[in-house]
Amino acid sequence: MSDTLIFSMEVFLNGLMAGVLYALVALGFVLIYKASGIFNYAQGVMALFAALTLVGIMDGQVPFSHLINAALGTDIHHFGWHVPAFIGIILSMGVMVILAWIVQKVIFRHLVGQEPIILFMATIGLAYFMEGLGDIMWGSDIKKLDVGLPQGINIAIDEATYGIFGYGFFIDNLDIVATIIAALLVGVLVIFSQYTKQGRAMRAVADDHQAALSVGINLNFIWVMVWSVAGFVALVAGIMWGTKSGVQFSLSLIALKALPVLMLGGFTSIPGAIVGGLIIGVGEKMFEFLIGPMIGGATENWFAYVLALIFLVFRPQGLFGEKIIERV
Amino acid sequence: MLDQTEGYMTADGRKIGGVVMDMRNITLRFGGVEAIKNISFDIREGEIRAIIGPNGAGKSSMLNVISGFYVPQEGEVWFRGSKRPPMKPYQVAQQGIARTFQNIALFEGMSVLDNVMTGRLNNMKTGLLQQALWRGAAEREEVENREICEKVIDFLEIQHIRKTPVARLPYGLKKRVELARALASEPKLLLLDEPMAGMNVEEKEDMSRFILSVNDEFGTTIALIEHDMGVVMDLSDRVVVMDYGKKIGDGTPDEVRNNQDVIDAYLGVSHD
Repeated sequence: MSDTLIFSMEVFLNGLMAGVLYALVALGFVLIYKASGIFNYAQGVMALFAALTLVGIMDGQVPFSHLINAALGTDIHHFGWHVPAFIGIILSMGVMVILAWIVQKVIFRHLVGQEPIILFMATIGLAYFMEGLGDIMWGSDIKKLDVGLPQGINIAIDEATYGIFGYGFFIDNLDIVATIIAALLVGVLVIFSQYTKQGRAMRAVADDHQAALSVGINLNFIWVMVWSVAGFVALVAGIMWGTKSGVQFSLSLIALKALPVLMLGGFTSIPGAIVGGLIIGVGEKMFEFLIGPMIGGATENWFAYVLALIFLVFRPQGLFGEKIIERV
Repeated sequence: MLDQTEGYMTADGRKIGGVVMDMRNITLRFGGVEAIKNISFDIREGEIRAIIGPNGAGKSSMLNVISGFYVPQEGEVWFRGSKRPPMKPYQVAQQGIARTFQNIALFEGMSVLDNVMTGRLNNMKTGLLQQALWRGAAEREEVENREICEKVIDFLEIQHIRKTPVARLPYGLKKRVELARALASEPKLLLLDEPMAGMNVEEKEDMSRFILSVNDEFGTTIALIEHDMGVVMDLSDRVVVMDYGKKIGDGTPDEVRNNQDVIDAYLGVSHD
């Protein structure tokens, strides 16, 4: 077997793994969109905020320490304790639920029955607010996140592929874990939204506020729930990305990568988010590997967007999106 | 005249019970505009009660007061023998008051069956985990709810579109699906906001038939708004007539038909 082919296979596999992480972020968007009719621009920032909070809690960082020090002339930064990852994750989830409640109380309670575009604009505001809040609360330096997920080369795959091809594939353990977690997450969320009373109420609210009220659904409760679920998905995505590349503010930019993923997969489809993520992940890695050298490289920066653009022209609803039919 | 506690017999021999909903001196204002001016009336168990009046008379406002979408500035709402505190619409719905809307509020993206099933959300008691894991009590409950929904769907003759997304349906069928969703919750009081609006003659006849048989078959108490006089007179046991926010008539269709104020409001009156 030729070397190029074997390398291609490795690149393909790594692309798949990267795609899972894209899909994880895109999932957050799709879920909130399906469940509440809101396209949540703040999803990426929520992932960043969740990861920052998790690191802050685990390291015993004092929140708002810069602010406190500047105001009181003190010099405190840490409480001096370390919290185990498991408890840290539960506490961070608690913070995300509180945040969901505040978002509902302060913003969305006042926007019942408004046009989707207005709700979307509100989430843009929310995104900037949360980016600022994350900075003030936990500082803007790059932090290392380690919740005990396995990292580094997977020896078993390396050895197995060496046995077959005479060349060991490099697959990161973290990527394998991310794949498993993404699959579990999708399973749990699909069961929740299709088979439970709360899930059914959530879909009803997404569809029509007035009708939902008339069948006895408490809008406020459902929205707090939706934002809590969004917070949960953000936390999972934040942990994965934070472990992989450190918790840093450029993390909020991965949200932008989710946009081409959604254009490919369709904004309303959970399988679409996953397949879209995988296509973009594999596509950009393969393109860089096969065609990149001919045109000067660095194609990963733009490949996803160009692909999305092509999709917008030929299949605007995405691969799995609902075709927009308007009765005339 | 009416007996205040015992109810009465209708001309076609149905027994009407005690007062279910009692509206006492309701006044509703929007800023300086009085949409409803000091109106009182009651709705009795098992009857079909109509609220009629020309456009802008305040009929829909009245329905919205009953269903909790508007909170009146003055007056009391008594439901099943106790005074109702100010409530959110979803709480009113949980008390057993279901409604439809003049301009149809359905879950367009869901199938007919799913829409009707949302009517049963408040009758589901099992916990989240039980439902998610699909075991025992939750499964039985789902089956029970499903049976009730299927019964309603059969009754309203929409079996053939059970799985169709609502967005694809024509107007008349959407109205029927909305009625099905309201019925599925087994309401103690069913509010219909212009159930015949925008329908052709045939659809109106169908809808009238369904309203009558719902009342007959399930004994559902129904309050409806309509401005088509003919339809109302055939359907209802008692009629409230509103004009410019005031109550100008209340009684059986025959009484109302011969009421001079009502005739003036509908036909206009010359001021000379």
